[in-house]
Amino acid sequence: MPAYQTSLTQIARRRTHAGKFLERLRSGDEIAHMVTLAFAASVLLITFLLVVELGRHSAASWHEFGWRFLVTSVWDPVFGEFGALPFIYGTVVTSAVALIIAVPIGVGAAIFLAELAPPLLSISLTFVIELLAAVPSVVYGLLGIFVLVPLLRSYVEPFLQSTLGFLPFFQGPAYGVGFLAAGVVLAIMVLPFIISISREALLAVPMEQREGALALGSTRWEATWDVVAPYARTGILGSIFLALARALGETMAVTMVIGNDPKISSSLFAPGYTIAAVIANEFTEATDDLYLSALVELGLVLFLVTIIINALARLMILATTRRGTEHP
Amino acid sequence: MKIASRGTRCATVIWVTLIMAAVMLSALPPATAAADRVQLNGAGATFPYPIYSKWFDEYHKRHPEIEINYQSIGSGGGIRQLLQGTVDFGASDSPMTDEQIRRAKIKVLHFPTVLGADVPTYNIPGVAAELKFTPEALAGIFLGKIKKWNDAELTNANPGVKLPGNDIIVVHRSDGSGTTFIWTDYLAKVSAEWKSKVGTGTSVNWPVGLGGKGNEGVSGLVKQTPNSIGYVELIYAVQNRMPYGAVKNAAGNFVKADLASVTAAAGVADQMPDDFRVSITNPQGKDAYPIASFTWLLVPAKIADAQKKKVLTGFLQWMITDGQKLAERMSYAPLPKAVVAKVTKAISLIQ
Repeated sequence: MPAYQTSLTQIARRRTHAGKFLERLRSGDEIAHMVTLAFAASVLLITFLLVVELGRHSAASWHEFGWRFLVTSVWDPVFGEFGALPFIYGTVVTSAVALIIAVPIGVGAAIFLAELAPPLLSISLTFVIELLAAVPSVVYGLLGIFVLVPLLRSYVEPFLQSTLGFLPFFQGPAYGVGFLAAGVVLAIMVLPFIISISREALLAVPMEQREGALALGSTRWEATWDVVAPYARTGILGSIFLALARALGETMAVTMVIGNDPKISSSLFAPGYTIAAVIANEFTEATDDLYLSALVELGLVLFLVTIIINALARLMILATTRRGTEHP
Repeated sequence: MKIASRGTRCATVIWVTLIMAAVMLSALPPATAAADRVQLNGAGATFPYPIYSKWFDEYHKRHPEIEINYQSIGSGGGIRQLLQGTVDFGASDSPMTDEQIRRAKIKVLHFPTVLGADVPTYNIPGVAAELKFTPEALAGIFLGKIKKWNDAELTNANPGVKLPGNDIIVVHRSDGSGTTFIWTDYLAKVSAEWKSKVGTGTSVNWPVGLGGKGNEGVSGLVKQTPNSIGYVELIYAVQNRMPYGAVKNAAGNFVKADLASVTAAAGVADQMPDDFRVSITNPQGKDAYPIASFTWLLVPAKIADAQKKKVLTGFLQWMITDGQKLAERMSYAPLPKAVVAKVTKAISLIQ
């Protein structure tokens, strides 16, 4: 019977297939392949599940407000009116302030540690910096509220107001808490990431690059700034991304110093609010279904904001690396 | 040769993993616990957590076979988990709303346990005196209508105190909390404008002010910010020796919050509804402190497991008698006698 025959050959084929498979399994390659694939797939799966779950639990809020959720500014749990705009604004502004402060300092410090500092100093300083990265965020928040905020209120903010007060960023009463305080605390928190990773990237630049530049007659600084730093550009930008991701999602330290007032204000002295902070603050006591749903939708919005900012940053990297290799 | 050795190494790894897994499995405790041990799980409000954990601990000492776990995840989470049946009882700083009760699949009983109160705390450089606040002053300040410390509403209530003409900086809680619920519930009762504009809730849309996280966040901001005012839990203010003001009650007396005046606020038991879902802010009594509230344990009206039912009613019975003495020692205001009698009766309603 032809059907019987075909099934026999099928089995035979399967057997040899299985035999090869077993052989590869025994040799370990197949196991390594499958295990690492499973691990890689789990990341995708977790991301996917995260989006699905957030979407499912925010359905009520989505139905009630639609796109309005993203562009309205009232957050009123009592009357069931929810808009995410002030939180999106606060998240973006505090992260931007943090990067504006932390990137020059961080990259500068990394260059010093990798290129200019004596080895002993470099090693000990790097150790301290890695310690800083391990400090829990609530400790930074406490330092923020007890040290930084009074300092900002009594000295820094009045000084900025008297010198740069014509700019819209530095106006209004100086409370101490606000966008500026949150930005500065975030800057301190992300600094270790930028320094540590940028330093590694700079150290990975081949010695020949430096020697070549020096042999061509450039000074030490010219070799560092024009040759070594552009070579390590991808690594340095990577450190900035990691810093940005941490700043966008940071909760505890921010909520302790930002003033927690969902308002959009051009002044950095004004109190504000971030997405992560409001979720942490209000989630536990949100009894009403729509309220809870709106908070979950905020989580989804934070996810989207992170994706958009990361994508933009990656585009920027693409553009700049090309330029970097063309004109080193 | 090299490939073969890699294969054997791989096989060894697999064997080791299997052996380790077997060892770990055999080390796990047996799945069935001793039959006479009872474990209850509860979740909810954070404000009464210190006294609840003390109670459950003491009760465990008296009845070693009974273990009660309590997770202070917040009132909202407590109500939610109770309704989903993932815990045996819940706890909340605000009673369930009619809407929540209507939509709940199970009938839930409220049992008041202790009382909490909010106090206004402030920091005005150069003013050491203890300030007196009228309801109008507090509502005006938190609505953003009274902007300066030397407003007539404040100076009239505080003769002899020289209040500066500085701007008032309002500080409120940023996290959803029972403390905010009590505060806004009081303001809604004394100010029609507050009621219509802001309302009552564990989080509200604040007209003015800075938000601090937790009692410590609010007190931290108030201590540091000149000319500020905020509200904190009475126990927190007492334990941290913070100065706080007196508030004018419904009878027209300025009363400072303490255990006696807070318990007095709950003294109007004839107005107590049978389900105990009642707001006692701005009560009548002449010694009553006006910004106080119960905190509740939420228990299902029907408990299928006879053993759990027995344990839970037994605990409630103890909590309402001996437990109240413990509460006082931890500076939670105990329930007034009339309420205790009423709760005792209500415990028998659990089926």
